[in-house]
Amino acid sequence: MSVVSSQGLGLAFRERTLFAGLSFELAPGELLAVLGPNGTGKTSLIRILLGLLEPSAGRVVVEGCPPRERCHRIGYVPQQRVFDRDLALRGRDLVRLGLDGHRWGFGRLDGAAQARVDSALTEVGAAAYADAPVGRLSGGEQQRLRVAQALVADPVVILADEPLLSLDLAHQRGVVDLLDARRRAAGTPVVFVTHDVNPVLHTVDRVLYLAPDRWAIGTPDEVLTSETLSRLYGTEVDVLRVRDRVVVVGTPDDQHVHHVGEELDH
Amino acid sequence: MFTELLAQHFVHTALWAGAVVAVVSGVIGVFVVARGMSFAVHALSELGFTGAAGALVLGLDPVLGMIGGSLLVGLVLGFLSLRGRERDSATGVVLAFGLGIGVLFLSLYQGYATEATNLLFGSIVGVSDAQLRNIAIVGAVVLAGIAALYRPLLFSSVDPEIAAARGVPLRALSVGIFLLLALTTAEAIQVVGFLLVITLVITPAAAAQRLTGRPTIALLLSVGIALVSTEGGILLSLEKPWPTSFFISTISFTAYVAARLVDWNRGREKRLSSRPPRRVWAVR
Repeated sequence: MSVVSSQGLGLAFRERTLFAGLSFELAPGELLAVLGPNGTGKTSLIRILLGLLEPSAGRVVVEGCPPRERCHRIGYVPQQRVFDRDLALRGRDLVRLGLDGHRWGFGRLDGAAQARVDSALTEVGAAAYADAPVGRLSGGEQQRLRVAQALVADPVVILADEPLLSLDLAHQRGVVDLLDARRRAAGTPVVFVTHDVNPVLHTVDRVLYLAPDRWAIGTPDEVLTSETLSRLYGTEVDVLRVRDRVVVVGTPDDQHVHHVGEELDH
Repeated sequence: MFTELLAQHFVHTALWAGAVVAVVSGVIGVFVVARGMSFAVHALSELGFTGAAGALVLGLDPVLGMIGGSLLVGLVLGFLSLRGRERDSATGVVLAFGLGIGVLFLSLYQGYATEATNLLFGSIVGVSDAQLRNIAIVGAVVLAGIAALYRPLLFSSVDPEIAAARGVPLRALSVGIFLLLALTTAEAIQVVGFLLVITLVITPAAAAQRLTGRPTIALLLSVGIALVSTEGGILLSLEKPWPTSFFISTISFTAYVAARLVDWNRGREKRLSSRPPRRVWAVR
């Protein structure tokens, strides 16, 4: 039984088609990396799964229910966006919003809810700075708190949209390990949008590669090959394995040389 | 003289009106500051002035015109629900046009200029019993509104993207907070005048968030600072015949400077005591 099921999903804005006929199943505990250059609809796919965007064709269900009906909790870890330095909000409060921030009224946390917040904080190793104002924490610490916020409500699936952007390598590793541990322990599948597959390469089960006009899904060894990417881009693309890293050379648009050199860009 | 004045009924009325306005301003200020809406507060109060001037020309109650003006602009800005620079410029554009109309209304108005001056700079000691009752009713509406919206309002203020993903209706909340802010502004104008609404809505909350990272404590501190400023300002103006709004803005500004000093000093102590390790809240 798959957690997320997508059939013939298509998205077009006016005459521009981002993707079409996208079908895939996401099994419990699976980690799916969504790769591809900018503007191919990676973030739009996440927005569809969150129920914030309607697909132009096809349908997608999360545990049998269209995302927009919000039958199930979906954990969402966005790009790191720095909090205002003076914001009167502790890490603990941020995580709590993931539990009941959408409910009306002032609300009080009962003992059980309090325990869930605490255990989410411990799970991501943020207990030590849970009472500090979020705006004064480092980017990596803030991102750990966002992971805790996504986990606290016990989601059926976790959607992470470029969660490693502007983090240093140690914190990138930390965030990936947290999501990896969760999907192994609780069987929560993870959809991980990234322009660089290398930080997740060691743990990823399958890759969905969105190229302009075409897409491919499969294991990293199936998709991240010169043959597959050349077919997707319709031009000669080389995929090199350098030690444990994947390097893609020769994508049509230089801006989209996305697997190499992003440490320099960010 | 001070004690004699303190026994006067109009002084009691002023103190009560000031207290209600301070509580409401202090509460909503926390959200206004978290959402970066200072400029919008200014626009709402200036356009409340336009509404009041329009009401004077038509021979209506200026307070009603003021509430109408602020609500209309709050509705427009709330529906636009813009973010960042776009909101900044759009607010400026609406503000400039509205003030232009206000200037026209003022030149058309044939009555006493004092009424307009009172609105510009506030006239807390002139609050009547009926006005106090209205201030209390509007204040209760605003507080009830914020209590009902508290959690999603906080969520959408600090983390709009994730809040939207969790089904929080961002646009409806934006309209909601703008309408509540418009009502608050119309209240605060009666105490400190159009030009100084920010001293009650922004300054106390900005000071409070320098002092604590806890949302509820920030809320209480903000209310406390607003209360001390307003009541202190009214009492001081009994002693010395300078404008009440001068005293109010001076006290709240002093609180803000003090809060920054406390915060700076705390940061300095931490930097001194945590060397090494360098970071204060570092992970393992």
